[in-house]
Amino acid sequence: MENKADILQGTLDLMVLQTLAAMGPLHGYGIARRIEQISDESLKVNQGTIYLCLVRLMQKRWIKAEWGTSENNRKARFYSISKAGQKQLVAEAENWQRVSGTIGRLLQLKGAK
Amino acid sequence: MIMLGSIHRVLARICAVFQSSDFDRDLQAEIDAHLNLLAEDHIRKGTPPEEAKRLARLELGGVSQLREAHREVRGLPFLDVFLQDLRYTFRILRRNAGFTLFTIAIVGLGVGASSTIFSVVNALLLRGLPFHDSEHLVWISNRADDGLKEWSVQVGHFLDLRDQTKSFSDLAAYATFSQPADAKMLINGELERLNSLQVSQNFFSFLGVSPQLGRSFSADECRWNGPHAGLLSYDTWKRRFASDPNIVGRAVTLNDASVTIVGVAPRTFDFATVFAPGNPIDIYLPMPLTQETNGWGNTLAVIGRLRPGITLQTARAEFQILSEQIQKQHPERNTLRPILTSLDQHVTGSLHNAFLILSGAVAMMMLIVCANVANLQLARSVTRQKEIAIRAAVGAGRRRLIRQLLTENVVLSLCGGLLGVILAIGGTRLLDGLRAFNIPLLSTVRMDVASLVFSVLLAALIGLLFGFIPALQVPSISVHDSLKDTSRASTGSKRHTWIHGGLVVSEIALACVLLVGAGLLARSFLKVLEQNLGFQPERVAALRIDPSNSYSTRVQRNTYFDEVLARTRSLPGISSAGLTDVLPLAGDRSWDVTAKGKVYARGHFPEGYIRIVSDGYLAAMGIPLRAGREFSERDTPSSEPVAMVNETLARTLWPGQNPLDQIVIGEGGSNPGRRVVGVVADVRHRALEQESGNELYFPTRQRDESGPVYLVVRTPLLPAALASTIRTALHLITPDLSGTEFKTLQQLVDKAVSPRRFVVVLLGGFSAFALILAALGIYAVISYSVNQRTAELGIRMALGASARDLQERIVLQTLRLAGLGMLLGSVAAWIFARTLASLLFGVTFTDPATFAAMLFVLTTAAALAGYFPSLRVSRIDPMAALRAN
Repeated sequence: MENKADILQGTLDLMVLQTLAAMGPLHGYGIARRIEQISDESLKVNQGTIYLCLVRLMQKRWIKAEWGTSENNRKARFYSISKAGQKQLVAEAENWQRVSGTIGRLLQLKGAK
Repeated sequence: MIMLGSIHRVLARICAVFQSSDFDRDLQAEIDAHLNLLAEDHIRKGTPPEEAKRLARLELGGVSQLREAHREVRGLPFLDVFLQDLRYTFRILRRNAGFTLFTIAIVGLGVGASSTIFSVVNALLLRGLPFHDSEHLVWISNRADDGLKEWSVQVGHFLDLRDQTKSFSDLAAYATFSQPADAKMLINGELERLNSLQVSQNFFSFLGVSPQLGRSFSADECRWNGPHAGLLSYDTWKRRFASDPNIVGRAVTLNDASVTIVGVAPRTFDFATVFAPGNPIDIYLPMPLTQETNGWGNTLAVIGRLRPGITLQTARAEFQILSEQIQKQHPERNTLRPILTSLDQHVTGSLHNAFLILSGAVAMMMLIVCANVANLQLARSVTRQKEIAIRAAVGAGRRRLIRQLLTENVVLSLCGGLLGVILAIGGTRLLDGLRAFNIPLLSTVRMDVASLVFSVLLAALIGLLFGFIPALQVPSISVHDSLKDTSRASTGSKRHTWIHGGLVVSEIALACVLLVGAGLLARSFLKVLEQNLGFQPERVAALRIDPSNSYSTRVQRNTYFDEVLARTRSLPGISSAGLTDVLPLAGDRSWDVTAKGKVYARGHFPEGYIRIVSDGYLAAMGIPLRAGREFSERDTPSSEPVAMVNETLARTLWPGQNPLDQIVIGEGGSNPGRRVVGVVADVRHRALEQESGNELYFPTRQRDESGPVYLVVRTPLLPAALASTIRTALHLITPDLSGTEFKTLQQLVDKAVSPRRFVVVLLGGFSAFALILAALGIYAVISYSVNQRTAELGIRMALGASARDLQERIVLQTLRLAGLGMLLGSVAAWIFARTLASLLFGVTFTDPATFAAMLFVLTTAAALAGYFPSLRVSRIDPMAALRAN
């Protein structure tokens, strides 16, 4: 339980923003499912964690929330990305590319030795 | 971008703290929806519904943990906890209303008293004088022939010093000869007596004061016989001229002459509060510094402004040399021996000690307050042990508990601090209103930012300090033991008793020091009041009745005086009436006084205070006549010049001889002198604490004086009731008497002792408060210990001890504590009392009577405080007490 949810806070933020940008408005469960599916269940998040991430993003005004009805006709809260969130996503994505590129190269360096 | 996000987040987190329940509700709804969706997914995959729900809960994780984490992420955990603590604090404090109110009250009184004293000390000693660059100002006076008193400076000397000095950038002066109510101003047809002050031309600019309206005096107005000009004080402008904005340029009638108002002093400029406390100045007039005023003798009080970088020491050395040179060039002038002191020192120096002592006293009082609060906290922390243990048992961390206790205490003492600030505002207002007091700068005392900060810091400090006492107990609490009601047998109780005892002993010791100090000052005060003044101020009143300037000859003036006395004496309720030119304790002047036929070296002439009085004055004042006769209405310009001397002057001039019929010269060496016809008792004219010095009396009718004339009356009635009767009776001959100047001599005496009374009342108040607190402290500790020892006392009673024995034991235990406290206190008092020496009068700082009286008071208080809780012993039922074990 302890180890598998151990992903960086910023990474989860980026994943949520990207999911909302790509899929449109989703409720908390939907976001959690989507991230699990994409990661082929290898990155199994403690689903509750998603709500901590959501409230943080809300407070930064990067996402918005609205109450709506879910596919099984239940009241659910739907999140969507805001303009500020989209800008943030672009910046974060660039940053991520750069960092992961650097790390990749570093790892190759180690392999060549 | 990221920055903006962070800012939004911080704001949102603060808001979230206050909307916690909304957030919780939303989160719960989301969790429910989540669990539902998750469970349905499982069901769809074929899991049975019950199992699906269980799996869903498992995948989501712990709901309450999530809720906690959610709160932490969205809100500010420390603010959240703080608010929670605060809510809890208020609940606890409300539940213990008695404890809460008592603590707030004593902390409030303590902080209130401390802040008031701090405000006074701040105004008088710390803030500096209310003038521009006041630390460079120097008071320059002139040492008298006797080497002790200070004289004023002659105009010629002032001018020479000002021209020649290199240490001072400038000198300014005001005339010291003005008497209260000197100036008669005709306002809207009515005569008002105002206090006027003559100042040098540069006086206002020198002090950095610029007029609120108009201007200061011009050089022309400061010539001899120059155009008459006056500058109003702000107060007079407001009161008598209704703040007339067009006042400048208006002519008013002052002392029968037309005077142009050239300006109004600013509200912030209060001459009296610095230089002459209790005698507010209404109008400023120019003082010509010329050959003519030089002839008036020593007239000027001088202030200098040091050049930057010049020390007082340098200036002193320079003035020493300058004064010698100037005296050599002008042997015809009066002597000049300049004394230089910083103006600060001159104004408040004499109060330094008094306020240091008051500060010390208030600090001691504060310590007693602290000891009391600590005692209460300690007693309470024992009863709270169980509550704290329960909270620890359900998971409160140690840090959290300590934080809670600290919050409680800081809140409590800040409430006390708030009360203290309110009290201090009241206290400083009260002081501000005491304008009649003889204490400089008192009218500038107010609660300012510094005082406010002081109070709040003090309160917070007390809170933190006493929060720590129960907080320190937290780690020692064992949950298990506390919950099992065995607190009685806990090993901590011995340590508690010890701490309680120590606090009580220190409270008593501190109270002892305060009581001894207050006692010594109170005894001095009484001794001062008991002084034989040489006159009897009770039921004596004085009214100013200067003859109008239209009486140009001595005969006319004497007729006026005859008429005034005759009319006054014929009034019912007047037992005697007389005239004088100066009232006791309200100003003085001294001249050289010699015995005819004796030779004195220059600078060694005896000096005497001059009083110009009429027949009836001695009776009206109640001054005993020792030998010879009093003046009579037959002592006129045409009769032989006569004088009366007091006993001291008689001894000074004619030691061992009969002073009657000797010739005394008091009006200049060329004067033929006067025959002494009477010897009167010494009058304490300068201060109650000071010997009279030499006094010489001249008959009113044999002198041409332009100074004030007071009608002094003695009456068996209340003097105040007489004012209008006398004014009506005199109206025909002198229509322009003002009502404001009717004062009783008792008022003068009261004003003269006001600084002493001020200190005595404050210190007395502090020590009374200290005594009450110490007694309450003893009471609290003894009743606590009786409660704690119920079982022990029950066993003793079961074994045959009578309730009386036990009560005696408890009272003795109290007295042992009190005795130790008093022993320490007496030693401390004995050490501290010597700092009081300069304020004492007629008692030594080791005065055994005072020490004995204070120890008696304390012992009584301690015995009573121990006796009342001991009464509870008789209510103990031994069986019940044993069973409870």
